Amino acid sequence: MSLLEVQQVSKAFGGIQALTSCSLSVEKGSITGLIGPNGSGKTTLFNVITGYDSVDAGDIRLGGNDITRAKPDRVFSMGIGRTFQLTRVFQRLTVLENMHVALPRKVRGLLLHWGSPHEQTRALELLDFVGLTKLKDQPAGTLSYGQKKLLEFAIILVAEPKLILLDEPAGGVNPTMINELGSRIRALNEKGITFLVVEHNMEFVMGLCKTVNVLHRGTTIASGSPDEVRLNPAVLDAYLGA
Amino acid sequence: MSSLVVQGVVLGILTGGVYALMASGLTLIFGVLEIINVAQGILVILGAYMAFVLQQTYHVDLFVGLLITIPLMFGMGVFLEWAFIRRIKGDRITLSILVTYAIALIIEGILGYFFTTNYQVLHAWYIDATIPVDGFYINVIYIFVFLLSVVLLGILYFLVYRTPFGRRLRASMQNRTAASLIGINVSRVQAITFGIGVALAGAGGVAYGATNAFNPASSYDLIYRLLVIIVLAGMGSLGGSLIASLALVIIGDVVALVWSPVWSSTVFFVLLILLLLLRPQGLFGRVEGRKQ
Amino acid sequence: MKRVKILVLLALLLIAIVFPVLISPTTAVNDMAVYTMIYAMGVTGWNIFSGYTGYISIGHAVYFGIGAYTMALTCQAWNVPGGYLPFLLLPLAGLVACAFAVPLGFLALRVRRYAFSVTTIALMFIFQLLGYNLRGITNGSLGLYLPQPSWSSGVYDLPFYYVGLALLLLAIGVSWRVRHSKYGLGLLAIRDDEDRAFGLGVKTAAYKLSAYVISAFFVGMTGALFVYFLGTIFPQFVFDPIVDVNLTTMAFLGGLGTISGPILGALIVTPLQQWLLLQFGGSSLNLILFGSFLLVILLLLPQGIVPSVQERWASWRAHRLELARVKSLNGTKNQPALVEKREGR
Repeated sequence: MSLLEVQQVSKAFGGIQALTSCSLSVEKGSITGLIGPNGSGKTTLFNVITGYDSVDAGDIRLGGNDITRAKPDRVFSMGIGRTFQLTRVFQRLTVLENMHVALPRKVRGLLLHWGSPHEQTRALELLDFVGLTKLKDQPAGTLSYGQKKLLEFAIILVAEPKLILLDEPAGGVNPTMINELGSRIRALNEKGITFLVVEHNMEFVMGLCKTVNVLHRGTTIASGSPDEVRLNPAVLDAYLGA
Repeated sequence: MSSLVVQGVVLGILTGGVYALMASGLTLIFGVLEIINVAQGILVILGAYMAFVLQQTYHVDLFVGLLITIPLMFGMGVFLEWAFIRRIKGDRITLSILVTYAIALIIEGILGYFFTTNYQVLHAWYIDATIPVDGFYINVIYIFVFLLSVVLLGILYFLVYRTPFGRRLRASMQNRTAASLIGINVSRVQAITFGIGVALAGAGGVAYGATNAFNPASSYDLIYRLLVIIVLAGMGSLGGSLIASLALVIIGDVVALVWSPVWSSTVFFVLLILLLLLRPQGLFGRVEGRKQ
Repeated sequence: MKRVKILVLLALLLIAIVFPVLISPTTAVNDMAVYTMIYAMGVTGWNIFSGYTGYISIGHAVYFGIGAYTMALTCQAWNVPGGYLPFLLLPLAGLVACAFAVPLGFLALRVRRYAFSVTTIALMFIFQLLGYNLRGITNGSLGLYLPQPSWSSGVYDLPFYYVGLALLLLAIGVSWRVRHSKYGLGLLAIRDDEDRAFGLGVKTAAYKLSAYVISAFFVGMTGALFVYFLGTIFPQFVFDPIVDVNLTTMAFLGGLGTISGPILGALIVTPLQQWLLLQFGGSSLNLILFGSFLLVILLLLPQGIVPSVQERWASWRAHRLELARVKSLNGTKNQPALVEKREGR
């Protein structure tokens, strides 16, 4: 059963066609990979799914619901969380405060202090999950790159998403941290969260994902198990060729 | 009524060039240095005072005096960039507004100290002369000033689009990091650009002073109009600032003649609001893409 | 540490309360104190929007003016006599400013961050021109008079001062509450990364507009109190870019986004400006001196005084802790069996 369905999506920026009739589906409960050479449109696809960019044609469905034209806040509330290639955290807020931004609250409670006991518990739980508890009162801007990635990860977990889009989670991170990330992803996946992971680190992707999609020049050229994809001549061509 | 409109348009075109000159300096500086030079107004007035001094004390003709004023202002611009603008740390754009405001205050103070706050005018034989055209009179000075604007803007265009320096300038405007990576000395480009921007202000000052009475406080009205122009244009677009200047001044002049001078400034601002409602990025600004 | 903080604040409050009666030497100084108090309230209110969201509004004088004219026109229309009654109109002035802030804010917030600042100036100038030209209402450049209170000149300043102080305390209260609330967290997130905040579910448009309106309330009251104190109102002195510059400068100097920063900024800038104007106003030297002062502070302490001091203090404390730790380590060097004790967190 597929949770996310991307059908024939096209997107152009000025004269550049970033996505051309791109189709992709992510099975519920899976960890699906998305790879492809630079410039193939991976981040654009993420942007389009999460509403940061609009599509020119095609549709996107989440669990059957059409989210093609949904804005980022609606996409977030429907259960899709997303990280960015260059980490985006709130630099001047502390790690703990960063967590609380994403915690939802009714309008009535907006003027109360930002951390009720229940919310604090949840935030600290998640910080513990990613191992950042010791740094909770540090401004997020002082964290290392890898720590910021973990924080970003924790922030989107706050909303208990059904689907998490990870944009190069292993990029620029040391091998130990990569393994930690991998085990965190697996742990969450076992609890039922679906993942779509964009990555250049082949070992990471092939080891983690059940299905891998390959994007090239804005369209999907292969889809299957890591072994199938690895041996697919079109894929090799895309990476090695023009 | 239609002759009034024609008059307004003609006047607008002639004087719009002056605003275009002054605004182009602002645009250039914003484009390359990413700062808003609020001192541009007082720098224009400084140019006017320079012309005044050259004329009163040394009897140098206003336009000939430009040969002295422009290099001087350019040098001052480079100095200001090196001494102060470069040192701005932190939230550059907002701080630049305050820092350039502080510089503007200092210059305003210096001008006030030496020249008092009395209004001055620039004198020359051609200032009060008029040419009759089609039923109304055009001051000769407007034509001279228009020609000056055209010449200077032409030189600017040539500089920016047809020289190696211009290429480096445009590269720095588009992507500072990439530019420095391909060997462009971005700091130098910035200093020179600021110098050019100030020089343009100085030249605009001669034009402004020849067509208006001025004192140090005149800078305020001026800078607000200039800011409106560049926002209307879409900050960072040279062509846009030219069109926006012309459009605003023409409309302002037409309104002044047809309706009342009292409302011509208001029209300026109201049009800005209306345009921004429809097109938040200004006429030629790029829509800000989502930051990744 | 917290106990010390509270004591210091109470001491400051006490000083503020007795200042005009016990400490201040002349009525001129009291005049200054009133202006300072009024501006301090205004900047604190301005900071609730611009400081917390990072959208620098350099056209807030529009609300200063609207509040001022509300006060003047209401006094005129209802024949309000001088004295304590006009003070009751202050909240009204604030609310009228809010009413205007809703459409104006909606308009201004449609544009990008930096175009926003310029748009706010444009709006301010439109109102200045309206102030000049709608002579039927505002009497144009001839201005209007406000009712004269009947207090004797020796104590003229006092009611204004204390009303100003009360409103300042209100502004501080609101600012503090906002800062520590979920709402304030959202505003700060907008300042750091608006798109991301939106993507995480913060209703950025509503947050920005509401903060804008709240700040308009305080700046509106500032204008109203200001003209009542002055006794007259003219369009160019209330829809005045200098007011905007003052608000922005004071907040930046003190520390944008902090609570004490704007107040400190007002405390420094208002008397300094006035003093310079009196001493050197004739020769324009005051502009040179003030401009230089501003320049130096902006380049040396770009974050403002309060945050810079906080940073220095924090790093000094960390340094001391480190020294103490090293010391205790050295002390145990000769006893190899002892386990190193770590103090602090």
